[in-house]
Amino acid sequence: MDLVAIIILQVIAAVASLALISVGLAVIFGMMRVINLAHGEFIMLGGYAVIYATRWGVNLWVAMLVIAPLFVGVVGVVVERTVIRFLYGRMIDTMLATWGLSLLIIGAATMIFGNTTTGVSAPLGGVTIGQYQTSLYELVLVLIVAAVLGGLMALLKLTKVGLIARATMQNPAMAASLGISTNTVYMVTFGAGAALSGLAGALISPLSGVLPTMGVAYVAKAFITVISGGSAIIAGTLSASTLLGSLNTLATFVATPVVGEITLLFAAIVLLRILPQGITGRFFRRAL
Amino acid sequence: MDTKLDRRSILKAAVAGTAAAAVGPWFIRDLHAADDIKIAGIHDASGGLDIYGRPMIDVLTLAVEEANAAGGLLGRQLKLINYDPQSNIQYYTQYATEAATKEKVAVVHAGITSASREAIRPVLKRFNTLYFYNTQYEGGVCDRNCFCTGSTPAQTVQKLVPFAMKKFNGKKIYVLAADYNYGQITSKWVKKFTQDNGGSIVQTDFFPLDVTDFGPTIKKIQAAKPDIVMSVLVGGAHISFYRQWAAAGMKKQIPMASTTFGVGNEHVVTNPEEHDGIVAAYAYFQEVKSPANADYIKRYQQRFGEKAAPLTELAMMTNHGFNLWAAAVKKAGSVDRMKVIEALETNLSYTGPGGKSTIDSATHHTILDVYIAEAQNKQFKVLERFSQQKPADTAAVCDLKKNPNENQQYVIDVKV
Repeated sequence: MDLVAIIILQVIAAVASLALISVGLAVIFGMMRVINLAHGEFIMLGGYAVIYATRWGVNLWVAMLVIAPLFVGVVGVVVERTVIRFLYGRMIDTMLATWGLSLLIIGAATMIFGNTTTGVSAPLGGVTIGQYQTSLYELVLVLIVAAVLGGLMALLKLTKVGLIARATMQNPAMAASLGISTNTVYMVTFGAGAALSGLAGALISPLSGVLPTMGVAYVAKAFITVISGGSAIIAGTLSASTLLGSLNTLATFVATPVVGEITLLFAAIVLLRILPQGITGRFFRRAL
Repeated sequence: MDTKLDRRSILKAAVAGTAAAAVGPWFIRDLHAADDIKIAGIHDASGGLDIYGRPMIDVLTLAVEEANAAGGLLGRQLKLINYDPQSNIQYYTQYATEAATKEKVAVVHAGITSASREAIRPVLKRFNTLYFYNTQYEGGVCDRNCFCTGSTPAQTVQKLVPFAMKKFNGKKIYVLAADYNYGQITSKWVKKFTQDNGGSIVQTDFFPLDVTDFGPTIKKIQAAKPDIVMSVLVGGAHISFYRQWAAAGMKKQIPMASTTFGVGNEHVVTNPEEHDGIVAAYAYFQEVKSPANADYIKRYQQRFGEKAAPLTELAMMTNHGFNLWAAAVKKAGSVDRMKVIEALETNLSYTGPGGKSTIDSATHHTILDVYIAEAQNKQFKVLERFSQQKPADTAAVCDLKKNPNENQQYVIDVKV
């Protein structure tokens, strides 16, 4: 019984962490049809922001929840202004440009931070569930991810900013003719997506350690999740991470981590064969 | 890293070129022979394996500098060429070829992972260039051109397993291992020595080197309820296991031993709450108490600063490896490959900071001192010393005295 509970918790944690690393990419892709291949490096920069902020004496939570997203958000705005805005509507070109950017950021990070794994310890310690121990931090992480997705949903549905963003996403030409500066909307959206990636990097840094090349491992998973999810930002991220995250974790439990990864990739391939537009291309079509 | 093109070498080349043009090509060879003795080091100074590579490079650099300060070898100065393969196997073969053919070095000290060793060993054999592999590994290499100065499982795991079982008073062991030949083979040795000591292996899980999420595994371990966890995990990504293990509060529940914890300075990167109490066995710990070691650490820190990467078995055996080679050159009176090999095969030994390393002529491995220590507050506390352990694993499959032309790595058939 305890084992079942702990496995369910583990599955939820895996789903949450998949949603966390994907949501930044999903925002940028869903809103702007831009596939940001430097997403992994935004995650990495979030991780380093936490490492350096805590070294300078900042409280870990402040570093993770405030400093890292702000810092990476600013980086995102700069990237949008200098690179991305010239390439809207040219998907292949943006992929190429952001890929180049990703290599540039990895190179720069290697020079500045050194190519070694650093990390911070996970806060909060362990918690006992029946006969099992699990990390309390992992559970808090789930709550934070739920709050982030909920907040994003509320922002898009309930506020004027959200309305403008959704309008721009649905029909940029019409939105522009109604007096909305789509340029500004894109800039803010890219910055927000980057900030979410930074938050993701910050929150996973105590679990995985931080390394200049760490983004490579995450960008593939995030990419697969976003494409499998389809164009709806929140529903897509949630449904795809639920499906892929559970399969991955259960396969890891039953067999090995390698089998877990294979299961995830295999499921994504099958999914895209059946639903080329992603999950939200067929189901929850009106969802956000 | 040394720049290979400095003013002096350009000048030298220019002089040599002019001389060659004036006198004829036969002269170049003479000029070259009177030149420095070149030796090469190929260790990762960047990439995921740099935690292992950096101290090895520093130690080799210091060893060469000290040898030069003492007048060099055979009256000639040594010139060390350090290559950085960036944790990329492809560069290993490229640089090994360059060292052997372009630089014509007398010896190559190289390799961290077994994969990198197996990439360059055939290259150096083909180009008749002597090769020293100074890393602890899974054992079984049988090649007259290659000397392995690190420890192998029969020397370390054989002592570590019964020690851990006794210290932690347990019989059931759960093994976590890196998913490549080192992890695969070492975990078999762990199983053998566990069974030899009356224990049992609950389960063995393998992890690719880039896995960072150990959440499901930690739950699986709890479900299996072992008495001891044995970590054979390798590299920067796997460090997250120790963090996640402690974060789940498991460190207080199940004790841990490791065949790899510490060689990558994991105990420096992690916090005491994450590593206190982990036991490990190596041919060297920086904390080994001996006058030779204290003196060496002083010199090392003088050269590279107080914050120099802590010394590991990999680094120290690089130092032993270099000194064994230097002693053989002196004994042979030549840097000629076969003469040096024959000198090494006279069971040559070197006593250094890690204790005494003696070449075992039948296997080209070393008989060495092994220590068991416990991680404590970013350091190791040495608990026990085992004097002069023989490479019994490789000896079971390899006899270069009988078959000097052998050239392979045996996968030792561990009877479990």
